[in-house]
Amino acid sequence: MTFVKSLLGGAAALALSAVGALAEPAVIFDLGGKFDKSFNEAAFNGAQRWADETGGKFLEIELTSEAQREQALRRFAEAGANPIITTGFAFATPVEAVAGDYPDTKFVNIDGFLPEIPENVLMISFQEHQGSYLVGMLAAMKSESGTVGFVGGMDIPLIRHFGCGYAQGAKSVNPDITIISNMTGTTPAAWNDPVKGSELTKAQISQGADVVYAAAGGTGVGVLQAAADEGIFSIGVDSNQNYLHPGSVLTSMLKRVDVAVYESMKAGADIETGKGMVLGLAEEGVGYAVDENNEALLSAEMLAEVEAAREAIISGDLEVAAYYANNSCPAHEF
Amino acid sequence: MPKWADVLLIPLISILIAFVLSGLVILAIGEDPIAAMNTMVSGSLASTYGWGYTLYYATNFMFTGLAVAVAFHARLFNIGGEGQAMLGGLGVALVCLSVEWPHWLIALPAAMIGGAFFGAAWAAIPAYLQAKRGSHIVITTIMFNFIAAALLVYVLNEFLRPAGSMDPASRLFPEGAHLPTFQQMFSTAENPLFRGAPANVTFFVAILACYLVWLLIWRTRLGYEIRAFGQSEPAAVYAGISPTKIIMIAMLISGGLAGLMAINNVMGEAERLVLNSVEGAGFIGIAVALMGRSHPFGVFLAALLFGFLYQGGAELSLWTNIPRELIVVIQALVILLTGALDNMVRIPLERLFLAMRSEKSS
Repeated sequence: MTFVKSLLGGAAALALSAVGALAEPAVIFDLGGKFDKSFNEAAFNGAQRWADETGGKFLEIELTSEAQREQALRRFAEAGANPIITTGFAFATPVEAVAGDYPDTKFVNIDGFLPEIPENVLMISFQEHQGSYLVGMLAAMKSESGTVGFVGGMDIPLIRHFGCGYAQGAKSVNPDITIISNMTGTTPAAWNDPVKGSELTKAQISQGADVVYAAAGGTGVGVLQAAADEGIFSIGVDSNQNYLHPGSVLTSMLKRVDVAVYESMKAGADIETGKGMVLGLAEEGVGYAVDENNEALLSAEMLAEVEAAREAIISGDLEVAAYYANNSCPAHEF
Repeated sequence: MPKWADVLLIPLISILIAFVLSGLVILAIGEDPIAAMNTMVSGSLASTYGWGYTLYYATNFMFTGLAVAVAFHARLFNIGGEGQAMLGGLGVALVCLSVEWPHWLIALPAAMIGGAFFGAAWAAIPAYLQAKRGSHIVITTIMFNFIAAALLVYVLNEFLRPAGSMDPASRLFPEGAHLPTFQQMFSTAENPLFRGAPANVTFFVAILACYLVWLLIWRTRLGYEIRAFGQSEPAAVYAGISPTKIIMIAMLISGGLAGLMAINNVMGEAERLVLNSVEGAGFIGIAVALMGRSHPFGVFLAALLFGFLYQGGAELSLWTNIPRELIVVIQALVILLTGALDNMVRIPLERLFLAMRSEKSS
């Protein structure tokens, strides 16, 4: 009798602790910080949307050093957070290192790459070149000078990937178009340097650019500002940035990090892992933003042409070359 | 003023003021400063896990602090620790990736040579420009930080990045080049210590480096020459000390020490070379050297303090809603009060001691 009692008691305690461990999800923001008006902020918006809709809570941290990557992963895993969502490619290796120690915790990484994905890890990546292709087309159609600009954050493959899709899109509209590209810097500060972004934009304007695409995190705020000040067009990135300067921001290349984060949180601890997930135009993981702030800038013909290209890419009739497929870009020399 | 007051009392009072000010700032954003302090202390000092991180950061700061301190003794202001440590990381990575190392005991000395050599080489150019051309070392070393960053981006992207990876980082070092962490060194099966913490055997190398720098500065002829040159260049020249030689040697040692930091963060922690591996430790080294009065033991203590601030700051951002910018404010207040506003505490304290002494004598 007592044995059964203690067994039952044990089971009840187990059930209770299982409820206790039914824990909050956690988001780890990369060094750029969650209010970068771009990549990390998109992740934050997705998490916030989940929290608003469900009334749930989530743990979060903005990293300040490289050593904190593993630290934050382990601490959140030990605190029972599930799933743990990380933003940025730099998390791929730390997630791989930590995942094995916490088999009951699900890890989600956005933007990363792993040759072999552990059982409890989901890697989400985006086809940024497809979205960039479409905004590149819009840029070329809007440009009167025949010169468009690109401002990247740091000169890393991911950013060249953005620029390469953009260049291909622009060239598809106007094969003779001139594309000027600049990178903001060589240190991680380049992701958060609006002043430099604005200087680069002004330099590109003086070389004739009249549409500038920013793929530079927080630095893009300066690019958009300079474009608005000088009366040219700009293209935002990751989040919908059309509202920042209505009438000057031509469109934004959307990378629906928010949707990825929101869906991961909604799936909760039951999220399907052990695989990679690629979100492109077909999955609406990337795209371009049209809202009340920029509809006047885009004519019906422009939209029709871009929509046609979008469908061609989805159906596979049109293929946009990915920069990291062979580390080179057919349309532009970086 | 007695020596103990100069060495211990002044920094302690400065830190106390910094913490009180930080507490007011935390209060102003509507958080509880006592709870915040608790989180910082318990997260960084109350467990072996916390110590594992505190000592890891402290090891970084010891190397960069010593680097700045050695140059200070020759009155050279080396703000290039950041770039030198970055290049040191490259040196360590090249050594670790070059062959399949059989054992870390063999890999460590080789990596130390690689890191120190690359760090010293990066300091050699500004040193030469200072010695021969009179280009001010402050300007050239800080410019070399940016060149180092650009060089690292280039090398990582073009040569060291594994195919298919988006991350500008090298591949993982071979098994034989992995340094034992405190977890592996001190944990037993029934009593796991330092779980997951990055502190590793490099900590002892750093302590050894502190001792060797003390020997060098106060117990060798070269150290005497460095100090003499630092106190007065004309007097040193009159005594037959060559300024060119001293500038070059002091900067080479300084750069080498900064480069040595890479065995901790690159070889010990990340076990691969990432773009952002130094993350400001070169600059923190300046604060550490200032606070430590350029004495190796002072550097050791100051490095521990900054290790605590870093790890405590990480715990704050993990468990509270205090934004990370505010944690930088707290760190900045400590630097400001201990480094720049030293006299604010020193002068009143000196007066106090003078008053006490005159009272006694009268």
